[in-house]
Amino acid sequence: MTTDIDGTALAVFLFFFALVTVLGFVASRWRKPETLAHIDEWGLGGRSFGTWITWFLVGGDFYTAYTVIAVPALVYTVGAYGFFALPYTIVVYPFVFMVMPILWKRARDFGYVTAGDVVHGQYGSRGLELAVAATGVIATMPYIALQLVGMTAVLKALGLHGELPLAIAFIVLALYTYSAGLRAPALIAFVKDIMIYIVVIAAVALIPSKLGGYANVFASADAAFQAKGKGDLLLAGNQYVAYATLAFGSALAAFMYPHTLTGIFASNSGKTIRKNAVLLPAYTLLLGLLALLGYMGHAAGLKLDSANDVVPALFRTLFSGWFSGFAFAAIAIGALVPAAVMSIGAANLFTRNFWKAYVDPNVSDAGEAKVAKLTSLVVKVGALLVIIFLPTQFALDLQLLGGIWILQTLPALVFGLYTNWFRAPSLLAGWFVGFIGGTFLVWDAGWKPLHLISLGGEPFSIYTGLLALAANIAVAVAVNAVVPARTPARA
Amino acid sequence: MEKSRKKAALWLLVIPYIGLLWPPLYNVREPALFGFPFFYWYQLLWVPITATLTFIAYRSTRHDD
Repeated sequence: MTTDIDGTALAVFLFFFALVTVLGFVASRWRKPETLAHIDEWGLGGRSFGTWITWFLVGGDFYTAYTVIAVPALVYTVGAYGFFALPYTIVVYPFVFMVMPILWKRARDFGYVTAGDVVHGQYGSRGLELAVAATGVIATMPYIALQLVGMTAVLKALGLHGELPLAIAFIVLALYTYSAGLRAPALIAFVKDIMIYIVVIAAVALIPSKLGGYANVFASADAAFQAKGKGDLLLAGNQYVAYATLAFGSALAAFMYPHTLTGIFASNSGKTIRKNAVLLPAYTLLLGLLALLGYMGHAAGLKLDSANDVVPALFRTLFSGWFSGFAFAAIAIGALVPAAVMSIGAANLFTRNFWKAYVDPNVSDAGEAKVAKLTSLVVKVGALLVIIFLPTQFALDLQLLGGIWILQTLPALVFGLYTNWFRAPSLLAGWFVGFIGGTFLVWDAGWKPLHLISLGGEPFSIYTGLLALAANIAVAVAVNAVVPARTPARA
Repeated sequence: MEKSRKKAALWLLVIPYIGLLWPPLYNVREPALFGFPFFYWYQLLWVPITATLTFIAYRSTRHDD
């Protein structure tokens, strides 16, 4: 693919980038609170976001730039199997509907800001709190780094090579997140999501007509898979379990992440969250159609160095200069929103569950906000350094592990909403087994998140995260049943 | 009576899991629709179905928070 600079595309791109930069700084005055020097305001936008802001924020934060690049890339490479992102992002919403309003209420009633706060409040255990908080931070770091991978793909397509453009974009992001907190990505999400909707709708409506219709798109992909001897339009029999468990496990993990939980805690009521469980699937429809861009890449006969280039290359080849600039801006801004919310989520965890717990228990509200703001800067610079100095594959592997790790916090975070039976030592033992066991299995499989199982018949793969969660729960139940309670369980 | 109907509405939320997490159910090409093999349009169709089921559950939930 050609990577010389297209003036029109670059100009359009820079215009939109400048627009959201202004919005990012203006955001500190949007829905202005009495003071931003409070973690509830800086880190949760004052817990005041209604249906529409929550819809844009969670949508912008959950369906990331990396998704826009990676899901079509996976479908381009392996076919049907890469489509698991669709059932994943459908079955996540009944779960959100049932669980998240209860979690939100708990957090609002007691002033909790993070998952670590919820767990500490429920079980009074600093150890379990630290396990949940640390898992959140290390699972999020590579996720932020991957947003940079998404951004790099579009910068490359614009002809902007090297690390400097990426570093500039990220430093600008770090500065307005520092000053405006969660209000910045919430406001930018409006622009980003509307742009992404326009791009994807235009792409799925116009590209197939240039490529001979959807029937031809699927036929070309089929032919390409046959020729390559890898990939298929349908699942192979031994992929059924992997497909279903990846979808289900990812759905359970999705709202355990600090960035998605931040979006949930920032909303103004349980009703807002339930309404969003009804409305957010609109993004899933978009994602499903976007995934098909992978097949369109085959129909357009693209020759690619890396599968991650399929979406940018498709736009560059089939769209005019100004529209591909618009599309690239949409994707790049799509990286900024989740990266900002992720760094805020990680900063909240550090401040509440490490700084306040161990360094300065008497920290003031303003002090908390200050620590969180500085941490968000450190987190973003850290992610930038990871991408610049370490191979991309490292971030990819870590992000896969991150999904498995964060899933292990589910029992500690969610079970306590329904029962007081579990005690902290049992949940901590379960978390430990799930975390270490899951990591070992992934390492053992050559950094693949799938584990091969043979129950007498044909061997099949299963998502390691779900396997580790099963072990986690089994250990927690067993320890809780065997070890007698020293003190009566807290209500 | 009223309460049990509301409980029943929550059971609707189990349906998407059954429809989507058993891939042999839909892992076929035919019948195709608008050029989409069955595998693809079937799963895409579950987006509006799930949103509708969730909406019914939403309507029958008391929002006292």
